[in-house]
Amino acid sequence: MSDSVLLLTIFGLAMIVGFEIITKVPPTLHTPLMSGANAISGITIIGALVAAGHEQTWLTVVLGVCAIAFATINVVGGFLVTHRMLAMFRKKG
Amino acid sequence: MPAELRNVIYFVAAAMFIFGIKGLTHPRTAVRGNMLGAGGMLLAIVVTLIDKEILGWQWIILGLVLGSSIGGYLGVKIQMTAMPQLVALFNGFGGAASALVGGAVMHELISKGESITTQGAVAIAATGLIGAVTFSGSIVAFAKLQELISGKPITHLGLKAANTALTLLGLGLAVMVVMNPQAAWAYWLLVVVMLGLGVLLVLPIGGADMPVVITLLNSYSGLAACATGFVLNNIVLIIAGSLVGASGLILTRIMCVAMNRSLTNVLFGVMAEVGDAPSADEIYAGKVKATTPDEVAMLFDGARRVLIVPGYGMAVAQAQHAVRDLAGLLESRGIDVEFGIHPVAGRMPGHMNVLLAEADVPYDQLKEMDEVNSTMEQVDVVMVIGANDVVNPVARTDPSSPIAGMPIVDVDKARTVVVVKRSLSPGFAGIPNPLFAADNCLMMFGDGKKMVLELVGALKAG
Repeated sequence: MSDSVLLLTIFGLAMIVGFEIITKVPPTLHTPLMSGANAISGITIIGALVAAGHEQTWLTVVLGVCAIAFATINVVGGFLVTHRMLAMFRKKG
Repeated sequence: MPAELRNVIYFVAAAMFIFGIKGLTHPRTAVRGNMLGAGGMLLAIVVTLIDKEILGWQWIILGLVLGSSIGGYLGVKIQMTAMPQLVALFNGFGGAASALVGGAVMHELISKGESITTQGAVAIAATGLIGAVTFSGSIVAFAKLQELISGKPITHLGLKAANTALTLLGLGLAVMVVMNPQAAWAYWLLVVVMLGLGVLLVLPIGGADMPVVITLLNSYSGLAACATGFVLNNIVLIIAGSLVGASGLILTRIMCVAMNRSLTNVLFGVMAEVGDAPSADEIYAGKVKATTPDEVAMLFDGARRVLIVPGYGMAVAQAQHAVRDLAGLLESRGIDVEFGIHPVAGRMPGHMNVLLAEADVPYDQLKEMDEVNSTMEQVDVVMVIGANDVVNPVARTDPSSPIAGMPIVDVDKARTVVVVKRSLSPGFAGIPNPLFAADNCLMMFGDGKKMVLELVGALKAG
């Protein structure tokens, strides 16, 4: 199996797992689901760290630093605001 | 660090994301789930920093400090009513980060003189396509939700042609990037074209259709991260990105079903023209009964079951705390109080739930539309607060109506309906609501928060 096919397999499986789990999220938690998902999509920060850290050219550093900043806003802001929201959900009584 | 160890740790991080989202399937486990996700992210970041030959620590720290301060500020300070805007903004930042990484990787490989594989080039092009359209589309969505620009739907015949042209141009440039991966200019031109497309795609879409737009862009931001994973051959990006992509797609579908409209119709369509339906004057003339908080307070004297149906108007009026007071007061009198929440009430999925949770309404009191509809006949009083189209019975009765077939909260089937609303003005669909003229309906005209507070006052006095 070539690398591309392997990666596509992982992609397909992850989509399936995603569909299976996320259909079970109740509507009452849909907003925290979205903000939490936002935070997770900040995973692109890994690519940004590598791009900025390699210091290949000044251009890649500038692009990398901007990407780190954007992704970190997502990660930090996303997890924080999701936590704030989830902490508000309480049961009766 | 050996590559095997690194990949094992990435796998652990990916598993933490999956179990983290699984935690969100119940409010009881959700806080822990979110922390698990955050832990997975920290793990992935730390491993990357240790493993890759990082030279420019100062640059990384600059980016991290900048991002953490802005993100931390937004995360702690943002008002719950502003959640739709914030999520829109975050979607955009995710897309932008991915598009920037795609470009940075391309430049790095070119400057090293390394060849770019076909997979790499396809992935880079995909990152640019999805990332850029997500960024500009989200910024426009943010501006609409923040009311920096008008939330009204815009229709212009030229838009469709322009969108088609930009899409074709974008795809053409993507092919160019794949054919000649040394052409960095083609990548950046691609990004510019897609930025334009994102603006044109979201600009025409009206405020009440925003839930669909936000969920779709949420999905895109995940798919952009996923494409970055293919650029870097990194499984944790692919897995995390596809989880977010799947989440956004599912929510988009739920929103479309809740409006009985197809995705294409929401994105490109115009709501059907109002045909020869009766005009507002014909429907309302002489039949609308206005009421006062004192009268409504008396109505509750004999009530055993009360249902509250909130809409976007409750968010605008910031009435959630007053509504909570009302519900608490009624419950203290032995009345059974529930909330019936339409899936597209508000500007994003779950918008009403978060506002009510903020006001300390327990989540088991918040019911889904289908659940409350099945027992609507036994409800003594329904309070509709700031909702209109989602309680319009025309959706059931008139097949020629623009909202025909849309599932609604069947409040008209309850014994008495009290509608709190500023005026008889139509909702987003632009059609009159025969509910307001129904025999069992009373209108309490005024600002949502003010009227509910007056009602609470009247109940306490009575």
